[in-house]
Amino acid sequence: MSLNVSNLTVHHGAICAINQLSIAVPTGKLAAIIGSNGAGKTTLLRTLSGLNKPTSGTINWMGESISGVKAEKLVRKGISHVSEGKSVVPELSVRENLLLGAIWRKDNKEAKQSLEEVISIFPRLGERIEQRSDTLSGGERQMLAIGRAIMSKPKLLLLDEPSLGLAPLVVEQIFQSIRDLANNMQLTVLLVEQNAMGALKIADLGIVLNLGKVVAVNHAQALIDDPAVRAAYLGY
Amino acid sequence: MIQLLNTVLIGITAGGIYSLMAISMVLVWRSTRVINFAQAGMALLSTYFGYEAMVRLDSFWIALPVAMLGGALFAALIEVVFMRLLVKHSSSGPIASVAPIIATLGLLGVIRAVVSMIWGAQDVRIVGPLSNDGFSVGGETLVFSPLKLLILISVMVLMLLLSLLFQKTNIGLALRASAYAPEIARLSGVKVDLVRTMGWALAGAAGAVAGMFQTVNGNGNLSPDSIEFSLLLVSGFIAAVIGGLESLVGAVIGGLLLGILISFVLMYISSALFFIAPFLILLVVLFIRPQGIIGAKAGRRA
Repeated sequence: MSLNVSNLTVHHGAICAINQLSIAVPTGKLAAIIGSNGAGKTTLLRTLSGLNKPTSGTINWMGESISGVKAEKLVRKGISHVSEGKSVVPELSVRENLLLGAIWRKDNKEAKQSLEEVISIFPRLGERIEQRSDTLSGGERQMLAIGRAIMSKPKLLLLDEPSLGLAPLVVEQIFQSIRDLANNMQLTVLLVEQNAMGALKIADLGIVLNLGKVVAVNHAQALIDDPAVRAAYLGY
Repeated sequence: MIQLLNTVLIGITAGGIYSLMAISMVLVWRSTRVINFAQAGMALLSTYFGYEAMVRLDSFWIALPVAMLGGALFAALIEVVFMRLLVKHSSSGPIASVAPIIATLGLLGVIRAVVSMIWGAQDVRIVGPLSNDGFSVGGETLVFSPLKLLILISVMVLMLLLSLLFQKTNIGLALRASAYAPEIARLSGVKVDLVRTMGWALAGAAGAVAGMFQTVNGNGNLSPDSIEFSLLLVSGFIAAVIGGLESLVGAVIGGLLLGILISFVLMYISSALFFIAPFLILLVVLFIRPQGIIGAKAGRRA
C-alpha cells in the first residue's frame, strides 16, 4: 500500500466534511472516488495534497506520515494535485503553466524532457505552446492542468473532476489519457468524479463516499455490477 | 518647437520616476493585495540610507545600490513582521479588508517620525552624479539636463532588467503565478509566503531608486516631511491606477503618461498647478476610468 489513510477527520469551520475516513490505495492503482455532492470527495483530495489541514487521523504516503504537511512540500514528495475546475493560471502561457509545474525541480535537463513528454501525450498543447492559457478550450485547459501536474514528476496524482463541463467526446479522451498515464508512468491515481460510470470504467478500484465516510470499496467492475451502487450513483 | 521637446523630455524623466514608484505599488498590490501608502515612507527611509552612503563614500553610484538594498531589506522586514501578523489578526469582520491598508497609513506616519528623530527635521543634501544644468541647443538653454538624461536611461535599464526578471526567470514565473493563482502556485511547489516577501523586497528596491532620483531630480534636498515624497506617493499611485493596478507594463505607461501630462500642464497652463495637477488627474482618472486606462485584462500579461 503506498497510500494509507486512517481515521481521517477534516472540518470546514464547524462542519465535519470528512468523518473518521480510512482508505488504502496500492501502488500503481487507479482509484475512482465517487459519491454525491457534499460527500467529501474534494475535501479528501485537498487534505491529501496539503491544501486543507486534517483535524485528526493519519495519512501515510510511501511509509511516511504526511498529515498536516504543506502543499508546497508534498509536491516535492511526488504528490501532484489537479484541483477542481481546470487548474491552470489563465494569465500565463501554456509553456509557462507547464514550466510552473517543474519550478521546484533542480534537474533542468530532465525537466525539459518532461516538457517534451507532456507535449507528445497532448500534442494540442504543443500547437498552442505560446498562447495564453485562457484562450484554450475547456478540454485543452484540462489537458494543460494534467500536463502541469505531470511536470512535477508525480508518483501520486490527485485529479478532481477532470470531466467537469466538457463535451462527452472530450471526456472520453481525457479519461483515456488518464488511464494511459497511469499505465505508462506507473502512477497511483485518485480520480474524483461526478461522472461515476466514466471513472469506474477506467479505474482499478472504486471507493464510494457518503457524508464524509466510505460506504463501499471494491474492484471498479464489481461496483459497476452492484445493484445498490448502480441505483444510487450510476442512475440505472 | 524646442519648448515642446523640452516639455516632453522633462515629462518623460519625471514620468520614469513615477513609473518606478508605480511599479513598487503594483508589486505590493499583486503579492499581498494591499495598497501600500507607506511606500513613500519606505522610499524616504531608503533615500536616507543612500544619503548615509553618500556621506561616507561620496559616490552616487554606490549610494544607489545601498539605498536599494536597504529599501529591499526594510520592505521584506515590514512584510514579515508587520503585515503577516496584521492580516492574521484582522482576518474577519468588516475591517478585515481595509485594516492592512489603513495600517500602512499609520506606518507612513511612524516611518516619517522615526526618520526625523534619527536625521533631524532640517534638510540634508544628495548631489546627483551629473549636472542638472540644462543642455544648450542653438543658444537656447533647455531644462532637460545631463542628469535628467542619465535618470531616464537608468530608469529604462532598470525596467528592462525587471521585465527580464519577470518574463525569463523562474523567480519571475513564481512571482506571477503567486499573484494570479496562489493555490496553483503552491500545488506546483512555490513557497508563496517567501515569494510575497520577495515581491515586497523588489518593491522596496524600486521605491528606493524612485526616492533617490526624485531627490536629485528636484533640488537635491531631503527632509522627513519632504513634499517631493508626498508627490511621489500620489503620482506613483495615480500611475499605478492609470495602468490598471495589476500590470507592470501598465504602471510604466501610466507613469510616463502622467509625467508628460503634468509637464504640459505646468508649461502651457500654469506652474502654480504643480501641487494640484496630480491630485486633479487622480480624481479625473477615478471618475472616468476606475479600472485603469490600459484595462486590467490586456495588462495582466506581465
